[in-house]
Amino acid sequence: MTTHSAFIDTPTLPLNPETKLLAAFKNDTHPDKVYLAGREYLGEDGQISVLPLTWKIKQQIGSDPTLGTEYPPGLGLPEFTRRVTDLALGKDSQAIVENRVLGVQTVGFMGAVRLGTELLRRWYNRSVAWSGPVYVALPCHDSLVDTLKAAGILDVRQYRYWNAEQRVVSMDKLTEDLEQAPEHSVVMLSASAHCPTGADLSQQDWSALAEVMASRKLLPFFLLPAQGLCLGDPDQDAWPLRHYASLGLEFLCAQSFSHSFSLYGERVGHLLLVLKQNSVLLAVQSQADSLVRSLWARPTVLGARVVATVLGNPAYLAEWRDAIRGLAERCLLIREQLLEKLRLLGTPGRWDHLTQQGGLYCCTGLNAEQVRFLARKRHLYLLPDGCVNVTAINRQNLEYVAESIYLALTSAL
Amino acid sequence: MSVFSEVPQAAPVAVFKLTADFREDTDPRKVNLGVGAYRTDDCQPWVLPVVKKVEKIIVEDQSLNHEYLPILGLPEFRCSASKIALGEESPAIKEKRVGGVQCLGGTGALKVGAEYLRRWYNGNNNTGTPVYVSTPTWENHNGVFVDAGFQDIRTYRYWEPEKRGLALGGFLADLEVRLAEESLFMAHAQLLCCHLTFASGLSLQRRSLFPFFDSAYQGFASGSLEKDAWAVRYFVSQGFEIFCAQSFSKNFGLYNERVGNLTVVANDGENLARVLSQMEKIVRTTWSNPPSQGARLVAVTLTTPELFEEWKGNVKTMADRVLLMRAQLKAKLQGLGTPGTWDHITQQIGMFSFTGLNPKQVEFLIKEKHVYLMASGRINMCGLTSKNIDYVAESIHEAVTKIQ
Repeated sequence: MTTHSAFIDTPTLPLNPETKLLAAFKNDTHPDKVYLAGREYLGEDGQISVLPLTWKIKQQIGSDPTLGTEYPPGLGLPEFTRRVTDLALGKDSQAIVENRVLGVQTVGFMGAVRLGTELLRRWYNRSVAWSGPVYVALPCHDSLVDTLKAAGILDVRQYRYWNAEQRVVSMDKLTEDLEQAPEHSVVMLSASAHCPTGADLSQQDWSALAEVMASRKLLPFFLLPAQGLCLGDPDQDAWPLRHYASLGLEFLCAQSFSHSFSLYGERVGHLLLVLKQNSVLLAVQSQADSLVRSLWARPTVLGARVVATVLGNPAYLAEWRDAIRGLAERCLLIREQLLEKLRLLGTPGRWDHLTQQGGLYCCTGLNAEQVRFLARKRHLYLLPDGCVNVTAINRQNLEYVAESIYLALTSAL
Repeated sequence: MSVFSEVPQAAPVAVFKLTADFREDTDPRKVNLGVGAYRTDDCQPWVLPVVKKVEKIIVEDQSLNHEYLPILGLPEFRCSASKIALGEESPAIKEKRVGGVQCLGGTGALKVGAEYLRRWYNGNNNTGTPVYVSTPTWENHNGVFVDAGFQDIRTYRYWEPEKRGLALGGFLADLEVRLAEESLFMAHAQLLCCHLTFASGLSLQRRSLFPFFDSAYQGFASGSLEKDAWAVRYFVSQGFEIFCAQSFSKNFGLYNERVGNLTVVANDGENLARVLSQMEKIVRTTWSNPPSQGARLVAVTLTTPELFEEWKGNVKTMADRVLLMRAQLKAKLQGLGTPGTWDHITQQIGMFSFTGLNPKQVEFLIKEKHVYLMASGRINMCGLTSKNIDYVAESIHEAVTKIQ
């Protein structure tokens, strides 16, 4: 019998804040409770919204006898990677025509971030023995920094992004920070519907930023987790990528299809690499393949099949575009209605940003104390920096949510 | 200039190149013995009937939620997968010191296990801990441990090519003397047969070696779930803490949905809880949360009595076909009077067989006979069918008699 455990020195990892929050919500018995910190797109009924098209295609796939269960290629289903590459860059993109775009199917969005970072750590700028830094926005998705570190990047820095006072992107501070970034830094940039603030750069901002990136030799790593859900049009949401590609820049992009296809559990992600030359494509591809082999060997097939089927069929594609527009429009409607209610209540503070943004996420600007008040006294659960998932707001709880925000800002806490 | 200008081409993976060459070969007699998946006697992939059934159940179930799975995976899957490995009656399970982490196939389970061990085993972040893998082993074992940061991968003796048998003496000697204390010991669960298990168990205990099992063929190897789990269960019964990376790719034929489970057996529930908390972070930073389809399929099958029985029958069908091919290949080689011993063909278990053919003989088989196998002499028994077995036996006979 072993007399001591091999695991004796393992410390307990403290609970993830999101896990703690969800647990607190689940234990809350108040009838008016609302969880505003979730990541999925919820419908009017408070349940996860599933695109009817996805449902239909899944059934089709389920009853197709020709579809087997064989291993997919390590880099993913070619029909999937081809179509989501087209979706991101536009079919006629010069980069695609010149065959200098690499696409790799990944296990979800974080899988794309992980794989992309592993690739960069080993192979980016070999001549300068690059080991960082990688810049992320302040604030950003909570797992992003941990994933970069798990991939071996120890030098992770933040650039100022969210202007809490004006409730917009702090373009001058962002530019300042990146102008001072060491050459060859990698910069993670939210292409649209920034998580968790919802604040995005304008086309003008993107153009100005491209100049900074070029002059400092910074490598963009775009984050595009919900293409189409911000402005209601996938082409518009991908504008920053297409613009940078048209300028001849090299960049990476992590894509997810969880929200845009209601495929959360299926883990459908994609890593895009736009290269300057076609001559390096095969080598980079071979290294990506090698890395995949010791991460997950091969990706899963179901979700990729759904996406490929939809994007590859003109009728389904049209149906999907309509559905996406509907999802985005509902986000905008909720934002409008919330803004109106807050105004009617005479809620102090700036709220215009609610309708100037798009997509699921929005930062209310409430501070930590106010957020705590909302949880304890009003049974409303927000993310720690006061951000919310607007799809959790519906006709039933809109009044209550607006009133609660008003109270948080006007009560003596 | 691209920032990736100096990226070298990675070495091609031998087995993929083999398959590519096979595909381009136009000879009608060609046989692919390098394929890594089950094939029927018609050389077709086989979707298990029970899998088709359960797929239908899942797609029609309106009550299923569509949210992200918990980070550690579908609870019913984790539970039933660990039970399958350790047995319903496992005292470790009853004592609540067994946990599972749903992963992306067997590879994902190895990855998560390796990442954990590099961070927390044998002191913190001890990348110098030796990892022992068998000779030969699946190439990816090396890859996964190296990528997780381990710097010292060593081999222990296992298979003797000249003798075409287990290097029993060497194996035991390595365990007794050569392996450094406090190192990690990677073993193929289905290949560790009874007497080896017994002997190795004693050595591992004495020398504080941590066993990490790779269980890719439970049920598939012998046709019996219990028999194929014997080594893992024996170690647990002897009080070992272990990791077991389980794959359901082969025994469910679910290669494309990446169903795996890392079973963790700890000395007590408290240790287990701490390990699982760290596993959460590793999973979160690799793929966030695992995929639902395959896990759901396996969980429904394992927890529904009629479906479980049907699955065991499907697995036995596959296992029996492989065993039949083994018996027939050996009989034909012996019948042809092919020089050498061929007992190992029926002594070995699982999908693969190390024939003992040397690289020159392998080259002959590929180039002259269009029979594709790995340079190591490894063949996939599933590539053999009643239609090609005579041709393959004759080809092997020719290779052995013509080439030395």
